[in-house]
Amino acid sequence: MVKIDAKIPEGPLAQKWTKYKADQKLVNPSNKRKLDIIVVGTGLAGASAAASFGEMGFNVKIFTIQDSPRRAHSIAAQGGINAAKNYPNDGDSIGRLFSDTVKGGDYRAREANVYRLAEVSNEIIDQCVAQGVPFAREYGGLLDNRSFGGAQVSRTFYARGQTGQQLLLGAYQALMRQVEKKTVKLYTRNELVEIVLVDGKARGIISRNLVTGEIERHSAHAVVLATGGYGNAFFLSTNAMGSNGSAAWRAYKKGAAFANPCFAQIHPTCIPVHGEFQSKLTLMSESLRNDGRIWVPAKIEDAEAIKNGKLKPTDIAEEDRDYFLERRYPAFGNLVPRDVASRAAKERCDAGFGVGSTGLAVYLDFKDSIERLGKDAIEARYGNLFQMYEKIVDDNPYETPMMIYPAIHYTMGGVWVDYELQTTIPGLFCAGEANFSDHGANRLGASALMQGLADGYFVLPYTVQNYLSDFINTPRMSGNEKEFVEAENEVKERFQKILDIKGNRSVDSIHKELGLAMWDFVGMARNADGLKKAVDKIKSIKKEFWSNVRIPGSKEGMNIELEKANRLVDFIEIGELMAIDALHREESCGGHFREEHQTEEGEAMRHDEKFAYVACWIDKGGDKDPELIKEELEFKDVKLIQRNYK
Amino acid sequence: MEKNINLTLKVWRQNSPKDKGGFETYQVKDISTGSSFLELLDVLNEQLINEGKEPVAFDHDCREGICGMCSLYINGHPHGPDSEITTCQLHMRKFNDGDTIWIEPWRSAGFPVIKDLIVDRDAFDKIIAAGGYVSVNTGGVPDGNAIPIPKDNADESMDAASCIGCGACVAACKNGSAMLFVSAKASQLALLPQGKVEAARRAKNMVARMDDLGFGNCTNTGACEVECPKGISIAHIARLNREYLSAKLQD
Repeated sequence: MVKIDAKIPEGPLAQKWTKYKADQKLVNPSNKRKLDIIVVGTGLAGASAAASFGEMGFNVKIFTIQDSPRRAHSIAAQGGINAAKNYPNDGDSIGRLFSDTVKGGDYRAREANVYRLAEVSNEIIDQCVAQGVPFAREYGGLLDNRSFGGAQVSRTFYARGQTGQQLLLGAYQALMRQVEKKTVKLYTRNELVEIVLVDGKARGIISRNLVTGEIERHSAHAVVLATGGYGNAFFLSTNAMGSNGSAAWRAYKKGAAFANPCFAQIHPTCIPVHGEFQSKLTLMSESLRNDGRIWVPAKIEDAEAIKNGKLKPTDIAEEDRDYFLERRYPAFGNLVPRDVASRAAKERCDAGFGVGSTGLAVYLDFKDSIERLGKDAIEARYGNLFQMYEKIVDDNPYETPMMIYPAIHYTMGGVWVDYELQTTIPGLFCAGEANFSDHGANRLGASALMQGLADGYFVLPYTVQNYLSDFINTPRMSGNEKEFVEAENEVKERFQKILDIKGNRSVDSIHKELGLAMWDFVGMARNADGLKKAVDKIKSIKKEFWSNVRIPGSKEGMNIELEKANRLVDFIEIGELMAIDALHREESCGGHFREEHQTEEGEAMRHDEKFAYVACWIDKGGDKDPELIKEELEFKDVKLIQRNYK
Repeated sequence: MEKNINLTLKVWRQNSPKDKGGFETYQVKDISTGSSFLELLDVLNEQLINEGKEPVAFDHDCREGICGMCSLYINGHPHGPDSEITTCQLHMRKFNDGDTIWIEPWRSAGFPVIKDLIVDRDAFDKIIAAGGYVSVNTGGVPDGNAIPIPKDNADESMDAASCIGCGACVAACKNGSAMLFVSAKASQLALLPQGKVEAARRAKNMVARMDDLGFGNCTNTGACEVECPKGISIAHIARLNREYLSAKLQD
């Protein structure tokens, strides 16, 4: 029986983390050397955790599926990282960042975790500056800030449009410093394929060397998963091609609770889909909404003429433009949270006012900002994003507005963790996007980088040490124990089974079919009928996979189709659980919008009396329905109100 | 406007590091000029799988020009014919109907081929491990605004820091030198007060590691700067050389 206990420390909200740190158990330096930690994933959370563990003196093994830790998808985050420094003196504070994040998440996050996140946010900036991260600066030499959605203060630190890259490189460099010191052993092109439990505790992993195809056994005293989100269940998303949910799904299959799987974020500003060969969607940073204004034609005949190529956006007079975010949400305007902006764009396009050849796009226009600030100022702020847009679309955004449309971007749901970021499996921790903890039903912009680094630099080093303090007399395992042998055999059988199907369809063709079903029925707007259809459709896709996929080559050596197939098996099951969770949650909140539950103005309608809980799903094996356990959310420091950005 | 084109592809196939390898010829039809170059390879692979053949292995991930995973020598240029972009950002509108396109892996002693178009770039990680960082541990650091940094220095540091570690500079260099990569990191950190402290030691250690790993010497041909998808300037090489010389003089 899985027990859901968040283990939130006693005391007032602002004192909880201080109290935890004061009470936690420590491990002395000579014992640290005897304790091994496996970290899976080298993004912000994984790299920063592994570097910190190494510095503390633990023995660390870190795994990445890429050729280098620096490739992790954290690198693609553009806009920035939030912190409550209040350098601009505009009224920010830890309390404000906390309440903005809880509100932005539509009151479905755990207060204590979010407060801690806000509390350590300032240390992250200091840490990164010390590492040599070249944040943007003012002429006076101090750090510059900008605004992001869901906030009325400027609290976002940035390094041009490449903040994720710079923060990841900082963490990567700290990691490589420990690799050089031999406190961390790095495994590249090596993928977790199973988690090994001994006496109910996580004691290691089975991995697959992606170059040789060999299956390897790795033991440790604790395992940290920092493997990112599962947005690629939709096939088309802003995630990297290799981003996958398999490590998190292995945890679920081993008994860990999986929380709020249906909470997926649709990002409003992505480059629209161009055709059937499209392989991924490109994000245009939310920071663009600081200076870009979003609009569609106010007259449907103008929208038609644009679709047919008879009019250009620059031909539409000012009075014939509908700046729909400014119209609907005058207080926040173009800087409403992502879920609100995405739904508003979809609403205009569904009503026939969309632009572009497909009608599934809206404009993001910099004309006014360029007139106000000059082209140079805009280029200094967004030059690399404008260049990226022009290379992809072949339009010059300095002269004609960008076209954008929402796309799947981030998954707030993930492996359930307690206050210590420990899953329901002892010794198995989960950090970054892979866990569910801090963003509720919607993540605010520039908060993913904050969370990844908070978890890795400032939370796990305390909580994992606290856990390991009980194991100073527990000897290392050799990897030859029966649990490892059995896990390895199961993995080998799983891969052989996939290879033996020898059907007629490529992995991608089945993945695209899954993605379409997800987008149509489990996407931006959901309803009970559609979700039931999705569950049926996904079951038939699962059958199709297991009877008709074709994997060329063998299990020896590099076999990219086999890698993809193994991940798709999990995406199909994740997609099914997303639909089941979305069907059960009879309310609209954040990124989860149920058409049956909306206000007369079309805003999301929460039902706090029934759904103010974290939905924790437990695998019951085989084809059995998963079990739902609830972690009731208590809000003591923020008042639950309908989010109002008007 | 977008249209569809037909192409002949000459693709390097090599089953393993020890395999000799060679070019294979493939025909692809109805490729939208709005597609990216990697989507062209996706189409080719779908075609090969449907024919019961093994798809072409190539490195790629973010497909938005930032992870540095994609590579490819296309018609003799790292990352293809367009300027200041990676292969994943190269679009088919740069090609004409009926074109023949040659696609090869990076060719360099420092980057051995693993399979087809995939090469091993571990050497770059090893160079960073030798000193490409500021030696600070987590925690115990001063406030982010404690040390003001002139905006020009911060901006130039950021220019250098935008290196994505793809290896195009090495692939473009007739000597197989990694100096642009090494100098970009050394320069980024040396330009900031927090990185200046150990600048000389860093320069010496990174250059020594680069030499150990079999990369060639820099003879200032400037090919790396031309082919760099992020437009990193060879001025950073000059800065690294200064740091390196002063470090050596102090020895």
